[in-house]
This record gives sequence, C-alpha cells and structure tokens, in this order.
Amino acid sequence: MTQTLPDRAAQATPPKVARKIKGLSDRAIAWIFVGPTIFLLLAINIFPLIWTINLSFTNFKANRTNRAVEYIGTRNYERILTDSDIWLSMQATAHFLIWTIVFQVLIGFTLAWLINKKFRGNDLWTTIIVLPMMLSPAVVGNFWTFLYQPQIGLFNYVITFFTGGDPSGFQMLGSVDLAPWSIVIVDTWMWTPFVMLICLAGLRSIPDYIYEAAEIDRASKLRQFFTITIPMVLPFLMLAVLFRGIENFKMFDLVVQLTGGGPGSTTELASINLKREAFEKWRTGYSSAFAIILFVTVFGLASIYVKALNKVKER
Amino acid sequence: MRILNLATVSAIGLAAAGFGQSAQAEDLTLCWAAWDPANALVELSKEFEASSGHSMSFEFVPWPNFADRMLNELNSGGKLCDLLIGDSQWIGGGAENGHYVKLNDFFDNEGISMDDFAPATVYAYSTWPKGTPNYYALPAMGDANGWFYRKDWFGREDIQAAFKEATGRDLAEPKSQKELLEIAQFFQGREIDGNTVYGAAIFTERGSEGITMGVTGALYPWGFKYENTPGEYDMEGAVNSPEAVEALEFYKEFYQTATPPGYTNSYMGESLDAFKSGQVAMAMNWFAFFPGLYADPDTGGDKIDFFVNPPQNQAGSTLGGQGISVVSYSDKQDAALEYIKWFAQPDVQAKWWSLGGYSAHNSVLNDPGFVDSQPFAGDFLEAMGAVQDFWQEPAYAELLLAMQKRMHDYVVADQGTAKEALDKLIEDWTEVFEDEGKL
Repeated sequence: MTQTLPDRAAQATPPKVARKIKGLSDRAIAWIFVGPTIFLLLAINIFPLIWTINLSFTNFKANRTNRAVEYIGTRNYERILTDSDIWLSMQATAHFLIWTIVFQVLIGFTLAWLINKKFRGNDLWTTIIVLPMMLSPAVVGNFWTFLYQPQIGLFNYVITFFTGGDPSGFQMLGSVDLAPWSIVIVDTWMWTPFVMLICLAGLRSIPDYIYEAAEIDRASKLRQFFTITIPMVLPFLMLAVLFRGIENFKMFDLVVQLTGGGPGSTTELASINLKREAFEKWRTGYSSAFAIILFVTVFGLASIYVKALNKVKER
Repeated sequence: MRILNLATVSAIGLAAAGFGQSAQAEDLTLCWAAWDPANALVELSKEFEASSGHSMSFEFVPWPNFADRMLNELNSGGKLCDLLIGDSQWIGGGAENGHYVKLNDFFDNEGISMDDFAPATVYAYSTWPKGTPNYYALPAMGDANGWFYRKDWFGREDIQAAFKEATGRDLAEPKSQKELLEIAQFFQGREIDGNTVYGAAIFTERGSEGITMGVTGALYPWGFKYENTPGEYDMEGAVNSPEAVEALEFYKEFYQTATPPGYTNSYMGESLDAFKSGQVAMAMNWFAFFPGLYADPDTGGDKIDFFVNPPQNQAGSTLGGQGISVVSYSDKQDAALEYIKWFAQPDVQAKWWSLGGYSAHNSVLNDPGFVDSQPFAGDFLEAMGAVQDFWQEPAYAELLLAMQKRMHDYVVADQGTAKEALDKLIEDWTEVFEDEGKL
C-alpha cells in the first residue's frame, strides 16, 4: 500500500508533538500555521500604521523626546491641506507621475512591439534595452547630472547639434522650466524597459491562431492591431501602469540625486517634502499626517484602478 | 636581596606611572565631518594615544550628510560617538535635548578657562543659552566663510589694463561687496589662455545649508539682524529690513551674472572643483580649506591669495567652525573628558594650528608670529572679529530648511521678489517659534 504525503508527515511527527496536536481542531491547527504571519503583519504593518495615525494628531517631534506631547486635533491635517507649498509639491508629483507613465507606456509598448518581431540579434537588443533598469537609481542620477552639465555634458551637445546654438546656453537641471522635464527624461530612460518587458510578455501570450483567423477573415494589419493586439495586451499594460504609478508616486532617490528638489522647490516631489519634514525638520506629528494623506491618496487611487483592471480582464 | 629591592622599586614605579593614566584603556570614537582638518586631527590625536594609553577611532561623514547622520545618531541616543565635533548651530539642541554633557564642573576641576579662547568662538561654539556661562563644548575649530582668488590672473598686465579700462580702477582684492561683484562680472566669460573662465564660485546648494551660508555672506555685511531685540524673536523689520532686501538682491545678481553656467546646486566641493580646474577667478569657501588650497600644486602657492569677506555697510562674515563635545550617551565619558583636557593644552593647540586645524586658543591667535605663519592667517583673525552665526536654537534644523527653501526659490528659481522671500521666511520662522512656545 502506498503512503500519502499526509501519512508520511504524520509518521515523521515526533510522538510528543503528535499527542499535543491530536486534540486540536482543524481550525486551531490553521491558526497555528497562519498565526506567525498574522503576528508579523500586525507588528510591522498594522501597528505602525495605527501608531502613525495616532501621532498625526499630536505635536510630537522625534528629536525632542523630553518635550511634552500634546494632542492638537486635526490641526496638522488643516495645516497640510491649506499649505500652498504642499500643493506645489503635489503638482510636481502629478507632473512627474503623469508624464513618465505616458512616455514609458508609449515607448515601452513600441519597443516591445518591435522586439516581438522576429529578427536577427533580437535577444541582444532586448538585453541592451533592459540594461538601464538594472542600474542603481543613485548611479543613474549621478551620471545623468554629468550628462546634463551645461558645459561638459553630452546632453546639451546632442541637443544643440540638432538645434544649433550654444551648448551652455541652457540648463536642464538649473532651469525652472526644464528641470521637471529633466527628471521625467531620466526616469523614462531608466524604467521604459520594465514596461517593455511586461508588454512583451503580453504580446507573446497572444496565440498565433487568432491572427491566422483574422488573416482568413481578411482583416487588415491595422484592424488586427486595434482589435486583437491592443485589447489582449491591455491588462498587462494596465498592470505596468499600476506598478510604475505606485513606484513613481514614492519616487525619491533618483530625483534627490539629480536636482535635490530644486531649483527652488520646482522638483520637490511629495516624498522629498515628506522626508524633509520627517527626518530633517523632525516634525513627526505633522509628517505623520502628511504620510496618512499620501497613503489614503495612493490607496484610494490604486483601489479604483485595480477594479478597472479586473473589469478589463473579465472582458 | 638586591634583586628583590629592584623589583619592588620597579613595581612602585610602574604603579606610579599608571596613576597618571586612566584606570582602563578605552577605544574612543570621535565623530566629525570628512574634510581636510579631520585628517589633521587624526595626526594630532596620535599624541593623545601615546600619552593616555587610549586608542582613537574616527567616524568622518561627508558634509552634505553630516548633519543628517549625526543628528539621527544623537536623537536615537546612539553610542557610536564618544566625542562629537558638532556644528555650532547644534549647541542649543545638544544642550536642551540632553545630547551633550555640560562641561562647567569639568572645566572648573581641571583648570580649563574659557577666557583662554577667543570670545567669539566661546560664544558661538560653547554656550547655551547664548552668552551665558553654561558650556557644552570646547572651541575646537575656528572657521568663517572667506574668499580666495587667482593671484596670477590678477597680476597679469593685460588683465589689469582691461580691468582699468572697464572700471576705471586698479584690479586688486575687493574692499566692498560691490567691488567683489564688479570684479566677478569682469572675469565672467573672459578668455584666459584659450579657456573661457567665469567670475566666482558661490554657494547655491539646496539640500543642506549651502545657499543659506552663501546668502548670509552678503546679508551680514549689509547689516542683517535676526531679531530687533536679542532673545525676543521679533523679526519683522529686522529679517526683512531694506538692507536685507538689498543684500539678497545683490546675491541674486551675483548668481545670475558672475557664476559658471549650471551652478545651481553648489557648495564646498563644487567651489573647490571650480577653482582648482581653473574655471573661476574667485571662490568663496570656509577657511578650513585654505591650507589645502595653498598647498595645491596646480592652483596653489604663488597662484593663489586670500581675502576676508568684504564689508559693505559693516564688516561681516558667516561663522563656520565647531566645538568638541562629550556625548551624554557614551559609556566612556571619563576617557572622552581626558581627550578634551589634553586638547585644551596650549602646546597641543599650537600643534593643531601647525597641522592645518584652526585653533581658537588665545595663546595661538595672539602669538606675534601668527599673522605671518600662513598667508591666510591674518584674514582669518580679521574674519573672526566680525562673525555672525545662524540661529542656534534647538529647532535650528527647521529654521535652516525654511531659509534654504526661501533663498533657493528666490535666488536660483527666480520666483518672487527679495522682499517676498524674506517676508515668507519670517512667516516660516514665526510658525516654528510658535510651535516651540517662544512666541
């Protein structure tokens, strides 16, 4: 008679443990298994969240632990929501978020569509294209500051090669108008390969017979693209947008390395602002309220988006 | 018997020698910024190791991360540092938050007198509340923001002639802020030896303290005050006075018309790089870097000279420098205090200056040979006679970051007017002092 896996597990259990477990219900055993996970979840996710909510109603400062902590109601929230500087940082975040996603989706999908065509050196090109996303954001930020340098940077030379003019006549990182676009360009350069890979997975998941059927029905290439390719890749594309959206909402390292939030506060994204409030100014209560507002915003938007994604998948 | 006597005498001798040292040899960690003077301190501290039996470790953090790293360490009650050479502005927080050991009793017991140190440095680096005889640090490194320039370019006949033609006066070290700007504008975009050079490297950094330290270099000579009445936090009319507005407009004009392209986020390192690479005719930076600049084989020696931050309505230089404190969370406070006692000795202070550190001890500064000991020594003395420091309040980080933002918004990002920037700064600072319960 062959033994099943549970039989073998039962035999391997030491008698002492087996005696103890014998009297337990299935529900109790289930709790024993999921208990540690729930404990960790509570300890490192739920408790800090509740604690942060609690702090957001106080004037607590983590560098002034000997100062009395006072509950100040919703004052921190009122301050944040009426602070024009906070809204400017939210605008900067929205600009960065929207344009990086637009460019990454357009370029990433185009690259995936091209790579999906069978041609010589296909794998080599794929490897070359995905290289940027393998680099550290700090490294990318650092070398792009050199590329953007108006006197010695390659970027200005390339631009003026096509447009004419003096390479040191404009500053990507130092100009209020160009700095927001400079960080969009770098993030697009770095993360478009990620979107491309997800789109590529989507394109390769489309069975060939669907295109063959469309060919038999004499559907044009354009028609095939819009009625087969796009709808079938859309769930993948939406997933890529979700990942990039969440990542870029909390973007910090790359932008700090490139502009430090400047010039002025032009590229001071919400996450940079939050870090300054929390760990440079040490306004712990205030920054807790700010973090909660950001959390609710991301959570709300992501929930709506996931519902839309599920609807697309159900189609 | 003779051998026994010899052994007894030797044992007594060894015991007596041990008395002079601490009961237990410790490994002390001294924390500071990673820069030239820190290397000099490592060299100097070897004498302490030899004389005390303690060993020294060092934790040096690059300037842009120094405040973040060290204040986090203090705020978390960390034991990494036994001794900390912290920035002057930290003294309020260090004292009120219990990070630093109060040194009054120790100074009294060991006969260390604050009268032996330059009054400006004692006031700035050691006392809290300001000016009271409550000491939390020993002045360790005097420093101020000064200027250096290409002496070889200034001395060239063709350049002198061109300057005379352009301005009607001789090219020389500036005697006022406006002369400084005029010289910088003269060099801006000029061809020298086939290279395009620029006027001056100034501080514009956004992230830590850079632009504030640069802007105050203009504000103080114009007569800027933080308060109308010291200790009252009444900033309206002081922070945004007509003189302050004019000084801020001056700094912006300097940035826009006399600095290299792309110079939007620059501090100490960028200033040194711009000068050493032959990009600029002049640069501002801390005196602490001047020994290294003078020793530079390419742009030092005969090619460089130094001058104090020029006056305008009055003399004024931005204070740098630090005091050395014992961290209250250290388990090795006795050994750390031994280090401070050793460091306060006049002969150690003299060696500190000779190695490249800026002693604040009167025996060094008042020495007849001091002014001629280095080409920048006289300028250093002059600068220390007219230094002003930023707020040293426990909430200094909030005050500093508010100024960083307002100044960078106005000077670099070209947003609003100087008056608006200073008005907003008063609003920010008022909010901080209200939170602190001081208004």
